[in-house]
Amino acid sequence: MHPAIHLTLVSLIQQVLVGLGKTTTLFIVSSGLTLVLGVLRIPNISHGALYMVGAFLAYSITRMLGGGAAGFFASLLLAPLAVAFLSLLAERFLLSRLYERDHLMLLLFTFALALIFDDLVKIVWGSGYRSLPLPAMFQGSFSFLGLALPRYSLFLLCVGPLVAIGLWFLINRTKIGKISRAAAVHREMVGAVGINVGWVFAAVFMIGCFLAGLGGALVAPTQSISQGMDASIIIEAFLIVIMGGLGNVWGALLGSLIFGLTDSLGVLILPQFSIVFPYAAVIVVLLLRPSGLLKSAW
Amino acid sequence: MLKVDGIDTYYGLGHILHSVSLTVKRGEIVCLLGRNGAGKTTTMRSIMGLTPPRRGSILFKGEPILGVKPFRISRKGIGFVPDSREVFADLSIEENLEISERRFEGRVFWDREKAYELFPALKKICSRKAGCLSGGERQMLTIARALATNPDFLLLDEPTEGLAPLVVAMLVEKIAELRSFGLTVLLAEQNQKVALGLSDRAYIIDNGAIRWHGAVGELRENEAVRKKYLLV
Ligand SMILES: Nc1ncnc2c1ncn2[C@@H]1O[C@H](COP(=O)(O)OP(=O)(O)OP(=O)(O)O)[C@@H](O)[C@H]1O
Ligand SMILES: [Mg+2]
Repeated sequence: MHPAIHLTLVSLIQQVLVGLGKTTTLFIVSSGLTLVLGVLRIPNISHGALYMVGAFLAYSITRMLGGGAAGFFASLLLAPLAVAFLSLLAERFLLSRLYERDHLMLLLFTFALALIFDDLVKIVWGSGYRSLPLPAMFQGSFSFLGLALPRYSLFLLCVGPLVAIGLWFLINRTKIGKISRAAAVHREMVGAVGINVGWVFAAVFMIGCFLAGLGGALVAPTQSISQGMDASIIIEAFLIVIMGGLGNVWGALLGSLIFGLTDSLGVLILPQFSIVFPYAAVIVVLLLRPSGLLKSAW
Repeated sequence: MLKVDGIDTYYGLGHILHSVSLTVKRGEIVCLLGRNGAGKTTTMRSIMGLTPPRRGSILFKGEPILGVKPFRISRKGIGFVPDSREVFADLSIEENLEISERRFEGRVFWDREKAYELFPALKKICSRKAGCLSGGERQMLTIARALATNPDFLLLDEPTEGLAPLVVAMLVEKIAELRSFGLTVLLAEQNQKVALGLSDRAYIIDNGAIRWHGAVGELRENEAVRKKYLLV
Protein backbone atom coordinates (compact mmCIF):
# COMPACT_ATOMS: atom_id res chain seq x y z
CA MET A 1 0.00 0.00 0.00
CA HIS A 2 1.19 3.52 -0.71
CA PRO A 3 2.48 5.06 2.55
CA ALA A 4 0.34 8.20 2.26
CA ILE A 5 -2.87 6.24 1.82
CA HIS A 6 -1.84 3.97 4.64
CA LEU A 7 -1.27 6.96 6.85
CA THR A 8 -4.68 8.47 6.17
CA LEU A 9 -6.40 5.13 6.66
CA VAL A 10 -4.66 4.74 9.99
CA SER A 11 -5.54 8.24 11.11
CA LEU A 12 -9.10 7.74 9.89
CA ILE A 13 -9.55 4.65 12.02
CA GLN A 14 -7.94 6.35 14.99
CA GLN A 15 -10.13 9.41 14.63
CA VAL A 16 -13.24 7.25 14.35
CA LEU A 17 -12.26 5.61 17.60
CA VAL A 18 -11.68 8.96 19.28
CA GLY A 19 -15.02 10.13 17.89
CA LEU A 20 -16.78 7.08 19.29
CA GLY A 21 -15.23 7.79 22.67
CA LYS A 22 -16.59 11.32 22.52
CA THR A 23 -19.92 9.88 21.35
CA THR A 24 -20.08 7.83 24.53
CA THR A 25 -19.90 10.79 26.88
CA LEU A 26 -22.23 12.81 24.69
CA PHE A 27 -24.72 9.95 24.63
CA ILE A 28 -24.56 9.40 28.38
CA VAL A 29 -25.17 13.07 29.10
CA SER A 30 -27.80 13.69 26.44
CA SER A 31 -29.74 10.48 27.14
CA GLY A 32 -30.22 11.70 30.70
CA LEU A 33 -31.36 15.08 29.44
CA THR A 34 -33.78 13.57 26.94
CA LEU A 35 -35.19 11.12 29.50
CA VAL A 36 -36.14 13.97 31.82
CA LEU A 37 -37.43 16.01 28.89
CA GLY A 38 -39.59 13.16 27.62
CA VAL A 39 -41.09 11.96 30.89
CA LEU A 40 -41.23 15.05 33.09
CA ARG A 41 -41.46 17.46 30.15
CA ILE A 42 -38.80 19.62 31.70
CA PRO A 43 -35.91 21.03 29.68
CA ASN A 44 -33.39 20.71 32.50
CA ILE A 45 -30.86 23.49 31.98
CA SER A 46 -29.06 22.50 35.17
CA HIS A 47 -28.09 19.19 33.53
CA GLY A 48 -24.78 20.71 32.39
CA ALA A 49 -24.04 22.04 35.86
CA LEU A 50 -24.68 18.58 37.29
CA TYR A 51 -22.23 17.16 34.74
CA MET A 52 -19.67 19.65 36.02
CA VAL A 53 -20.41 18.75 39.64
CA GLY A 54 -19.89 15.11 38.61
CA ALA A 55 -16.48 15.93 37.16
CA PHE A 56 -15.34 17.87 40.24
CA LEU A 57 -16.63 15.16 42.54
CA ALA A 58 -14.81 12.53 40.49
CA TYR A 59 -11.64 14.59 40.92
CA SER A 60 -12.01 14.78 44.69
CA ILE A 61 -13.05 11.17 45.13
CA THR A 62 -10.18 9.86 43.01
CA ARG A 63 -7.73 12.04 44.94
CA MET A 64 -9.13 10.98 48.28
CA LEU A 65 -8.73 7.33 47.36
CA GLY A 66 -5.10 7.73 46.40
CA GLY A 67 -5.39 8.77 42.76
CA GLY A 68 -4.99 5.28 41.32
CA ALA A 69 -7.21 3.01 39.26
CA ALA A 70 -9.23 2.01 42.34
CA GLY A 71 -10.03 5.65 43.04
CA PHE A 72 -10.97 6.20 39.41
CA PHE A 73 -13.38 3.27 39.30
CA ALA A 74 -14.89 4.20 42.65
CA SER A 75 -15.42 7.74 41.41
CA LEU A 76 -17.28 6.43 38.35
CA LEU A 77 -19.89 5.05 40.70
CA LEU A 78 -19.79 7.43 43.65
CA ALA A 79 -19.70 10.75 41.82
CA PRO A 80 -22.86 10.06 39.78
CA LEU A 81 -24.57 8.67 42.88
CA ALA A 82 -23.81 11.86 44.76
CA VAL A 83 -25.11 13.92 41.83
CA ALA A 84 -28.26 11.79 41.76
CA PHE A 85 -28.77 12.40 45.46
CA LEU A 86 -28.32 16.14 44.99
CA SER A 87 -30.87 16.09 42.17
CA LEU A 88 -33.30 14.10 44.29
CA LEU A 89 -33.18 16.82 46.93
CA ALA A 90 -33.75 19.50 44.31
CA GLU A 91 -36.65 17.51 42.84
CA ARG A 92 -38.39 16.65 46.11
CA PHE A 93 -38.07 20.01 47.81
CA LEU A 94 -38.32 22.40 44.87
CA LEU A 95 -39.13 21.06 41.43
CA SER A 96 -41.97 18.75 42.50
CA ARG A 97 -43.92 21.78 43.69
CA LEU A 98 -43.83 23.33 40.24
CA TYR A 99 -45.10 20.57 37.94
CA GLU A 100 -48.48 22.24 37.61
CA ARG A 101 -46.89 25.46 36.37
CA ASP A 102 -46.21 26.15 32.69
CA HIS A 103 -43.06 25.27 30.81
CA LEU A 104 -41.55 28.73 30.98
CA MET A 105 -41.67 28.63 34.76
CA LEU A 106 -39.98 25.21 34.83
CA LEU A 107 -37.36 26.36 32.35
CA LEU A 108 -36.55 29.42 34.44
CA PHE A 109 -36.42 27.31 37.55
CA THR A 110 -33.92 24.83 36.13
CA PHE A 111 -31.87 27.82 34.99
CA ALA A 112 -31.86 29.02 38.58
CA LEU A 113 -30.81 25.55 39.67
CA ALA A 114 -27.92 25.69 37.21
CA LEU A 115 -26.73 28.96 38.76
CA ILE A 116 -27.01 27.47 42.24
CA PHE A 117 -24.99 24.37 41.30
CA ASP A 118 -22.42 26.60 39.58
CA ASP A 119 -21.96 28.58 42.76
CA LEU A 120 -21.84 25.42 44.79
CA VAL A 121 -18.88 24.33 42.70
CA LYS A 122 -17.22 27.73 43.24
CA ILE A 123 -17.72 27.50 46.98
CA VAL A 124 -16.42 23.96 47.31
CA TRP A 125 -13.64 23.85 44.73
CA GLY A 126 -12.81 27.52 44.19
CA SER A 127 -12.59 29.06 40.76
CA GLY A 128 -9.32 27.50 39.57
CA TYR A 129 -9.23 24.47 37.36
CA ARG A 130 -8.19 20.95 38.26
CA SER A 131 -6.78 18.13 36.31
CA LEU A 132 -6.77 14.46 36.93
CA PRO A 133 -4.35 12.02 35.30
CA LEU A 134 -5.71 8.94 33.60
CA PRO A 135 -5.08 5.82 35.64
CA ALA A 136 -1.94 4.06 34.41
CA MET A 137 -3.90 1.22 32.82
CA PHE A 138 -5.63 3.67 30.46
CA GLN A 139 -2.61 5.74 29.52
CA GLY A 140 -1.14 5.52 26.05
CA SER A 141 -2.40 3.41 23.25
CA PHE A 142 -2.91 -0.15 22.42
CA SER A 143 -1.15 -1.31 19.25
CA PHE A 144 -3.16 -3.44 16.96
CA LEU A 145 -2.27 -4.22 13.33
CA GLY A 146 -0.04 -1.19 13.24
CA LEU A 147 -2.78 1.04 14.67
CA ALA A 148 -2.26 2.98 17.87
CA LEU A 149 -5.65 2.88 19.57
CA PRO A 150 -5.98 5.14 22.64
CA ARG A 151 -6.78 2.89 25.57
CA TYR A 152 -9.21 5.26 27.21
CA SER A 153 -11.25 5.57 24.02
CA LEU A 154 -11.44 1.79 23.93
CA PHE A 155 -12.65 1.83 27.52
CA LEU A 156 -15.31 4.43 26.69
CA LEU A 157 -16.33 2.27 23.77
CA CYS A 158 -17.17 -0.50 26.24
CA VAL A 159 -19.00 1.79 28.67
CA GLY A 160 -21.25 3.33 25.99
CA PRO A 161 -23.01 0.13 24.94
CA LEU A 162 -23.33 -0.94 28.57
CA VAL A 163 -25.19 2.26 29.40
CA ALA A 164 -27.31 1.93 26.25
CA ILE A 165 -28.29 -1.65 27.13
CA GLY A 166 -28.99 -0.60 30.70
CA LEU A 167 -31.25 2.18 29.51
CA TRP A 168 -33.00 -0.10 27.04
CA PHE A 169 -33.67 -2.57 29.85
CA LEU A 170 -34.86 0.15 32.18
CA ILE A 171 -37.25 1.66 29.65
CA ASN A 172 -38.65 -1.52 28.13
CA ARG A 173 -38.45 -4.18 30.76
CA THR A 174 -38.97 -2.58 34.14
CA LYS A 175 -42.22 -1.40 35.61
CA ILE A 176 -40.89 2.07 36.25
CA GLY A 177 -39.79 2.30 32.62
CA LYS A 178 -43.24 1.29 31.40
CA ILE A 179 -44.89 3.76 33.75
CA SER A 180 -42.54 6.48 32.50
CA ARG A 181 -43.49 5.77 28.91
CA ALA A 182 -47.14 6.02 29.86
CA ALA A 183 -46.60 9.16 31.94
CA ALA A 184 -44.73 10.87 29.12
CA VAL A 185 -47.97 11.01 27.16
CA HIS A 186 -50.84 10.58 29.61
CA ARG A 187 -49.68 11.88 32.94
CA GLU A 188 -53.16 12.41 34.32
CA MET A 189 -54.37 8.92 33.45
CA VAL A 190 -51.34 7.34 35.15
CA GLY A 191 -52.49 8.95 38.38
CA ALA A 192 -56.05 7.81 37.74
CA VAL A 193 -54.99 4.13 37.67
CA GLY A 194 -53.53 4.50 41.14
CA ILE A 195 -49.87 5.20 40.42
CA ASN A 196 -48.13 7.86 42.50
CA VAL A 197 -46.70 9.82 39.59
CA GLY A 198 -44.67 12.03 41.91
CA TRP A 199 -42.31 9.24 42.87
CA VAL A 200 -42.00 8.05 39.30
CA PHE A 201 -40.95 11.56 38.30
CA ALA A 202 -38.48 11.75 41.16
CA ALA A 203 -36.93 8.45 40.12
CA VAL A 204 -36.68 9.41 36.45
CA PHE A 205 -35.20 12.80 37.32
CA MET A 206 -32.66 11.08 39.53
CA ILE A 207 -31.71 8.58 36.82
CA GLY A 208 -31.35 11.39 34.28
CA CYS A 209 -29.10 13.38 36.59
CA PHE A 210 -27.11 10.27 37.50
CA LEU A 211 -26.23 10.07 33.80
CA ALA A 212 -25.09 13.72 33.82
CA GLY A 213 -22.82 12.92 36.77
CA LEU A 214 -21.51 9.78 35.07
CA GLY A 215 -20.68 11.79 31.96
CA GLY A 216 -18.79 14.28 34.09
CA ALA A 217 -16.89 11.55 35.91
CA LEU A 218 -15.93 9.90 32.61
CA VAL A 219 -14.46 13.06 31.09
CA ALA A 220 -12.74 14.17 34.30
CA PRO A 221 -9.39 12.51 33.48
CA THR A 222 -9.43 13.64 29.85
CA GLN A 223 -9.75 17.40 30.08
CA SER A 224 -9.23 20.25 32.50
CA ILE A 225 -12.00 20.31 35.05
CA SER A 226 -13.13 23.89 35.25
CA GLN A 227 -15.93 26.36 35.76
CA GLY A 228 -17.57 26.78 32.41
CA MET A 229 -17.34 23.15 31.33
CA ASP A 230 -21.10 23.05 31.93
CA ALA A 231 -21.83 25.68 29.29
CA SER A 232 -20.42 23.80 26.32
CA ILE A 233 -21.88 20.42 27.26
CA ILE A 234 -25.39 21.73 27.81
CA ILE A 235 -25.42 23.33 24.37
CA GLU A 236 -24.13 20.15 22.76
CA ALA A 237 -26.55 17.98 24.70
CA PHE A 238 -29.55 20.10 23.78
CA LEU A 239 -28.53 20.10 20.12
CA ILE A 240 -28.22 16.33 20.21
CA VAL A 241 -31.58 15.93 21.91
CA ILE A 242 -33.25 18.21 19.37
CA MET A 243 -31.52 16.43 16.51
CA GLY A 244 -32.55 12.99 17.76
CA GLY A 245 -36.18 13.83 18.58
CA LEU A 246 -37.22 15.24 21.96
CA GLY A 247 -37.49 12.63 24.67
CA ASN A 248 -36.21 9.79 22.49
CA VAL A 249 -33.23 7.99 24.04
CA TRP A 250 -32.34 6.23 20.76
CA GLY A 251 -32.52 9.57 19.02
CA ALA A 252 -29.97 10.82 21.54
CA LEU A 253 -27.75 7.89 20.59
CA LEU A 254 -28.01 8.71 16.89
CA GLY A 255 -27.48 12.40 17.54
CA SER A 256 -24.41 11.70 19.66
CA LEU A 257 -22.96 9.50 16.94
CA ILE A 258 -23.41 12.22 14.36
CA PHE A 259 -22.06 14.90 16.67
CA GLY A 260 -19.12 12.88 17.97
CA LEU A 261 -18.03 11.52 14.60
CA THR A 262 -18.30 14.77 12.64
CA ASP A 263 -16.35 16.42 15.44
CA SER A 264 -13.44 14.00 15.28
CA LEU A 265 -13.45 13.45 11.52
CA GLY A 266 -13.58 17.18 10.88
CA VAL A 267 -10.10 17.38 12.34
CA LEU A 268 -8.84 15.29 9.43
CA ILE A 269 -10.43 17.48 6.80
CA LEU A 270 -10.04 21.05 8.01
CA PRO A 271 -8.20 21.07 11.33
CA GLN A 272 -8.54 24.85 11.80
CA PHE A 273 -12.30 24.76 11.38
CA SER A 274 -13.04 21.36 12.87
CA ILE A 275 -15.34 22.85 15.50
CA VAL A 276 -17.76 23.88 12.74
CA PHE A 277 -18.50 20.37 11.52
CA PRO A 278 -20.78 19.05 14.26
CA TYR A 279 -22.84 22.24 14.21
CA ALA A 280 -23.10 22.10 10.43
CA ALA A 281 -24.30 18.50 10.81
CA VAL A 282 -27.00 19.64 13.22
CA ILE A 283 -28.19 22.23 10.73
CA VAL A 284 -28.29 19.70 7.89
CA VAL A 285 -30.23 17.19 10.01
CA LEU A 286 -32.74 19.80 11.13
CA LEU A 287 -33.21 21.11 7.59
CA LEU A 288 -33.99 17.59 6.40
CA ARG A 289 -35.97 16.51 9.46
CA PRO A 290 -37.15 19.52 11.44
CA SER A 291 -38.77 17.42 14.16
CA GLY A 292 -35.71 15.26 14.71
CA LEU A 293 -34.46 11.93 13.43
CA LEU A 294 -36.67 9.68 15.54
CA LYS A 295 -40.13 10.04 16.98
CA SER A 296 -40.41 12.90 19.41
CA ALA A 297 -42.34 12.39 22.64
CA TRP A 298 -43.69 15.93 22.49
CA MET B 1 -71.50 4.20 48.56
CA LEU B 2 -70.82 7.50 46.82
CA LYS B 3 -72.33 10.71 48.07
CA VAL B 4 -71.62 13.91 46.18
CA ASP B 5 -72.98 16.91 48.01
CA GLY B 6 -73.24 20.40 46.54
CA ILE B 7 -69.97 20.54 44.59
CA ASP B 8 -68.91 23.60 42.59
CA THR B 9 -66.19 23.01 40.02
CA TYR B 10 -64.30 25.58 37.97
CA TYR B 11 -61.98 25.45 34.98
CA GLY B 12 -59.85 28.48 35.69
CA LEU B 13 -62.41 31.26 35.93
CA GLY B 14 -65.18 29.28 34.22
CA HIS B 15 -67.74 28.16 36.79
CA ILE B 16 -68.87 24.81 35.36
CA LEU B 17 -70.68 22.83 38.05
CA HIS B 18 -73.25 24.54 40.25
CA SER B 19 -73.96 22.74 43.48
CA VAL B 20 -74.16 19.24 41.97
CA SER B 21 -75.37 16.53 44.33
CA LEU B 22 -75.90 12.87 43.66
CA THR B 23 -75.73 9.57 45.46
CA VAL B 24 -75.01 6.06 44.27
CA LYS B 25 -75.79 3.07 46.47
CA ARG B 26 -73.80 -0.14 46.51
CA GLY B 27 -74.70 -2.45 43.63
CA GLU B 28 -76.55 0.17 41.62
CA ILE B 29 -75.97 1.38 38.09
CA VAL B 30 -76.80 5.07 38.01
CA CYS B 31 -76.64 7.15 34.89
CA LEU B 32 -75.87 10.80 34.41
CA LEU B 33 -77.62 12.09 31.31
CA GLY B 34 -77.09 15.37 29.56
CA ARG B 35 -76.38 17.10 26.29
CA ASN B 36 -72.95 17.98 24.96
CA GLY B 37 -71.24 20.36 27.33
CA ALA B 38 -73.76 19.79 30.11
CA GLY B 39 -71.06 18.92 32.63
CA LYS B 40 -71.02 15.09 32.71
CA THR B 41 -67.30 14.75 32.19
CA THR B 42 -66.61 17.55 34.66
CA THR B 43 -68.67 15.73 37.28
CA MET B 44 -66.73 12.50 36.69
CA ARG B 45 -63.41 14.32 36.85
CA SER B 46 -64.47 16.08 40.03
CA ILE B 47 -65.21 12.77 41.72
CA MET B 48 -61.91 11.31 40.55
CA GLY B 49 -60.02 14.32 41.90
CA LEU B 50 -58.69 15.33 38.48
CA THR B 51 -60.41 18.72 38.63
CA PRO B 52 -61.08 19.11 42.34
CA PRO B 53 -64.24 21.05 43.22
CA ARG B 54 -63.84 24.28 45.17
CA ARG B 55 -66.87 23.74 47.39
CA GLY B 56 -69.03 20.91 48.59
CA SER B 57 -68.15 17.45 49.79
CA ILE B 58 -67.69 14.00 48.32
CA LEU B 59 -67.92 10.90 50.48
CA PHE B 60 -66.85 7.49 49.22
CA LYS B 61 -67.67 4.56 51.51
CA GLY B 62 -68.20 7.18 54.19
CA GLU B 63 -64.74 8.73 53.79
CA PRO B 64 -64.28 12.27 52.48
CA ILE B 65 -62.31 12.22 49.23
CA LEU B 66 -62.51 15.84 48.18
CA GLY B 67 -59.00 17.22 47.85
CA VAL B 68 -57.47 13.73 47.85
CA LYS B 69 -55.03 13.04 45.00
CA PRO B 70 -56.36 10.93 42.10
CA PHE B 71 -53.94 8.06 42.71
CA ARG B 72 -55.18 7.71 46.29
CA ILE B 73 -58.79 7.89 45.15
CA SER B 74 -58.04 5.10 42.70
CA ARG B 75 -56.51 3.03 45.49
CA LYS B 76 -59.64 3.51 47.58
CA GLY B 77 -61.48 1.56 44.90
CA ILE B 78 -62.73 3.93 42.21
CA GLY B 79 -61.97 2.91 38.63
CA PHE B 80 -62.01 5.65 36.00
CA VAL B 81 -62.83 5.19 32.31
CA PRO B 82 -62.21 8.53 30.58
CA ASP B 83 -64.36 9.79 27.73
CA SER B 84 -61.35 10.37 25.49
CA ARG B 85 -60.54 6.63 25.41
CA GLU B 86 -57.01 7.54 26.38
CA VAL B 87 -54.95 4.37 26.47
CA PHE B 88 -51.21 4.34 27.14
CA ALA B 89 -50.47 4.36 23.43
CA ASP B 90 -46.76 3.53 23.62
CA LEU B 91 -47.37 0.38 25.64
CA SER B 92 -48.81 -2.97 24.59
CA ILE B 93 -52.20 -4.06 25.88
CA GLU B 94 -50.48 -6.37 28.34
CA GLU B 95 -48.27 -3.55 29.63
CA ASN B 96 -51.25 -1.22 29.94
CA LEU B 97 -52.85 -3.72 32.28
CA GLU B 98 -49.60 -4.60 34.02
CA ILE B 99 -48.85 -1.09 35.23
CA SER B 100 -52.46 -0.57 36.29
CA GLU B 101 -52.74 -3.80 38.20
CA ARG B 102 -52.79 -3.24 41.91
CA ARG B 103 -53.12 -5.99 44.45
CA PHE B 104 -54.65 -4.55 47.57
CA GLU B 105 -54.21 -5.96 50.99
CA GLY B 106 -57.21 -8.16 51.64
CA ARG B 107 -59.76 -8.78 48.96
CA VAL B 108 -58.46 -8.88 45.41
CA PHE B 109 -61.23 -9.52 43.00
CA TRP B 110 -60.17 -7.84 39.79
CA ASP B 111 -56.76 -8.29 38.26
CA ARG B 112 -55.29 -8.64 34.79
CA GLU B 113 -56.53 -12.19 34.26
CA LYS B 114 -60.02 -11.40 35.40
CA ALA B 115 -60.14 -8.41 33.06
CA TYR B 116 -59.06 -10.65 30.17
CA GLU B 117 -61.83 -13.07 31.10
CA LEU B 118 -64.34 -10.31 30.61
CA PHE B 119 -62.77 -9.27 27.29
CA PRO B 120 -61.25 -12.40 25.73
CA ALA B 121 -60.76 -10.41 22.51
CA LEU B 122 -58.02 -8.42 24.25
CA LYS B 123 -56.17 -11.51 25.40
CA LYS B 124 -55.73 -12.61 21.80
CA ILE B 125 -53.95 -9.41 20.81
CA CYS B 126 -52.30 -8.70 24.16
CA SER B 127 -48.88 -7.89 22.72
CA ARG B 128 -50.23 -5.34 20.28
CA LYS B 129 -49.44 -1.68 20.86
CA ALA B 130 -52.39 0.15 22.35
CA GLY B 131 -51.83 3.03 19.96
CA CYS B 132 -52.79 0.79 17.02
CA LEU B 133 -56.17 -0.37 18.31
CA SER B 134 -59.59 0.32 16.84
CA GLY B 135 -62.08 2.46 18.74
CA GLY B 136 -63.94 -0.54 20.14
CA GLU B 137 -60.75 -2.30 21.20
CA ARG B 138 -59.54 0.85 22.87
CA GLN B 139 -62.72 1.17 24.83
CA MET B 140 -62.43 -2.46 25.94
CA LEU B 141 -58.89 -1.71 27.04
CA THR B 142 -59.80 1.42 29.03
CA ILE B 143 -62.47 -0.58 30.85
CA ALA B 144 -60.13 -3.53 31.39
CA ARG B 145 -57.46 -1.16 32.64
CA ALA B 146 -59.84 0.40 35.14
CA LEU B 147 -60.82 -3.10 36.29
CA ALA B 148 -57.18 -4.11 36.71
CA THR B 149 -56.92 -1.53 39.49
CA ASN B 150 -59.37 -3.72 41.41
CA PRO B 151 -62.17 -1.20 41.94
CA ASP B 152 -65.54 -1.74 43.51
CA PHE B 153 -66.90 1.42 41.95
CA LEU B 154 -66.58 2.41 38.30
CA LEU B 155 -66.88 5.82 36.66
CA LEU B 156 -67.76 5.21 33.01
CA ASP B 157 -67.71 8.31 30.83
CA GLU B 158 -69.68 7.80 27.58
CA PRO B 159 -68.33 4.32 26.88
CA THR B 160 -70.41 3.84 23.74
CA GLU B 161 -69.93 7.21 22.08
CA GLY B 162 -69.11 6.98 18.39
CA LEU B 163 -68.95 3.18 18.21
CA ALA B 164 -70.65 0.84 15.75
CA PRO B 165 -74.02 -0.60 16.92
CA LEU B 166 -72.61 -4.13 17.23
CA VAL B 167 -69.79 -2.92 19.45
CA VAL B 168 -72.22 -0.86 21.51
CA ALA B 169 -74.38 -3.94 22.06
CA MET B 170 -71.34 -5.93 23.17
CA LEU B 171 -70.24 -3.22 25.61
CA VAL B 172 -73.74 -2.90 27.05
CA GLU B 173 -73.73 -6.62 27.71
CA LYS B 174 -70.34 -6.41 29.44
CA ILE B 175 -71.39 -3.47 31.61
CA ALA B 176 -74.49 -5.37 32.67
CA GLU B 177 -72.21 -8.30 33.48
CA LEU B 178 -70.08 -6.06 35.71
CA ARG B 179 -73.01 -5.52 37.99
CA SER B 180 -73.33 -9.27 38.52
CA PHE B 181 -69.73 -9.17 39.84
CA GLY B 182 -70.82 -6.69 42.48
CA LEU B 183 -69.51 -3.53 40.86
CA THR B 184 -71.29 -0.25 41.36
CA VAL B 185 -71.35 2.02 38.33
CA LEU B 186 -71.86 5.69 37.61
CA LEU B 187 -72.41 5.97 33.87
CA ALA B 188 -72.34 9.24 31.92
CA GLU B 189 -74.27 8.95 28.66
CA GLN B 190 -75.92 10.85 25.87
CA ASN B 191 -77.31 7.70 24.35
CA GLN B 192 -80.63 7.38 26.15
CA LYS B 193 -81.32 3.91 24.86
CA VAL B 194 -78.10 2.56 26.32
CA ALA B 195 -78.42 4.47 29.58
CA LEU B 196 -82.05 3.66 30.28
CA GLY B 197 -81.52 0.01 29.37
CA LEU B 198 -78.69 -0.42 31.85
CA SER B 199 -79.48 1.79 34.80
CA ASP B 200 -81.62 1.68 37.91
CA ARG B 201 -81.76 5.40 38.47
CA ALA B 202 -80.96 8.49 36.45
CA TYR B 203 -79.79 12.04 37.04
CA ILE B 204 -80.19 14.68 34.37
CA ILE B 205 -77.60 17.41 34.25
CA ASP B 206 -77.88 20.56 32.20
CA ASN B 207 -75.71 23.65 32.23
CA GLY B 208 -73.76 22.31 35.18
CA ALA B 209 -76.70 21.70 37.49
CA ILE B 210 -78.78 18.61 38.27
CA ARG B 211 -82.28 19.25 36.88
CA TRP B 212 -84.06 16.00 37.55
CA HIS B 213 -83.53 12.66 39.20
CA GLY B 214 -85.55 9.55 39.69
CA ALA B 215 -86.00 5.94 38.71
CA VAL B 216 -85.40 5.00 35.11
CA GLY B 217 -89.01 3.84 34.70
CA GLU B 218 -90.26 7.30 35.62
CA LEU B 219 -87.94 8.92 33.13
CA ARG B 220 -89.22 6.66 30.36
CA GLU B 221 -92.74 7.85 31.08
CA ASN B 222 -91.79 11.49 31.50
CA GLU B 223 -91.67 12.72 27.92
CA ALA B 224 -91.61 16.39 28.98
CA VAL B 225 -88.38 16.14 30.98
CA ARG B 226 -86.65 14.17 28.26
CA LYS B 227 -87.70 16.67 25.64
CA LYS B 228 -86.60 19.62 27.73
CA TYR B 229 -83.12 18.42 28.72
CA LEU B 230 -82.06 15.65 26.42
CA LEU B 231 -83.19 16.44 22.90
CA VAL B 232 -80.58 18.22 20.91
N1 LIG C 1 -60.49 22.13 30.08
C1 LIG C 1 -61.54 22.98 30.04
N2 LIG C 1 -61.36 24.29 30.18
C2 LIG C 1 -62.39 25.17 30.16
N3 LIG C 1 -63.68 24.79 30.00
C3 LIG C 1 -63.93 23.48 29.87
C4 LIG C 1 -62.88 22.50 29.87
N4 LIG C 1 -63.43 21.28 29.71
C5 LIG C 1 -64.76 21.49 29.60
N5 LIG C 1 -65.07 22.80 29.69
C6 LIG C 1 -66.41 23.38 29.65
O1 LIG C 1 -67.16 22.81 30.68
C7 LIG C 1 -68.50 22.57 30.27
C8 LIG C 1 -68.89 21.15 30.61
O2 LIG C 1 -68.07 20.26 29.86
P1 LIG C 1 -68.10 18.70 30.03
O3 LIG C 1 -66.94 18.17 29.29
O4 LIG C 1 -68.22 18.38 31.46
O5 LIG C 1 -69.44 18.32 29.29
P2 LIG C 1 -70.01 16.89 28.92
O6 LIG C 1 -71.36 16.84 29.50
O7 LIG C 1 -69.07 15.82 29.31
O8 LIG C 1 -70.14 17.00 27.35
P3 LIG C 1 -69.91 15.86 26.23
O9 LIG C 1 -71.17 15.12 26.13
O10 LIG C 1 -69.65 16.65 25.00
O11 LIG C 1 -68.76 15.04 26.65
C9 LIG C 1 -68.55 22.89 28.79
O12 LIG C 1 -69.20 24.13 28.65
C10 LIG C 1 -67.12 23.00 28.37
O13 LIG C 1 -66.97 24.00 27.40
MG1 LIG D 1 -67.93 14.41 28.24
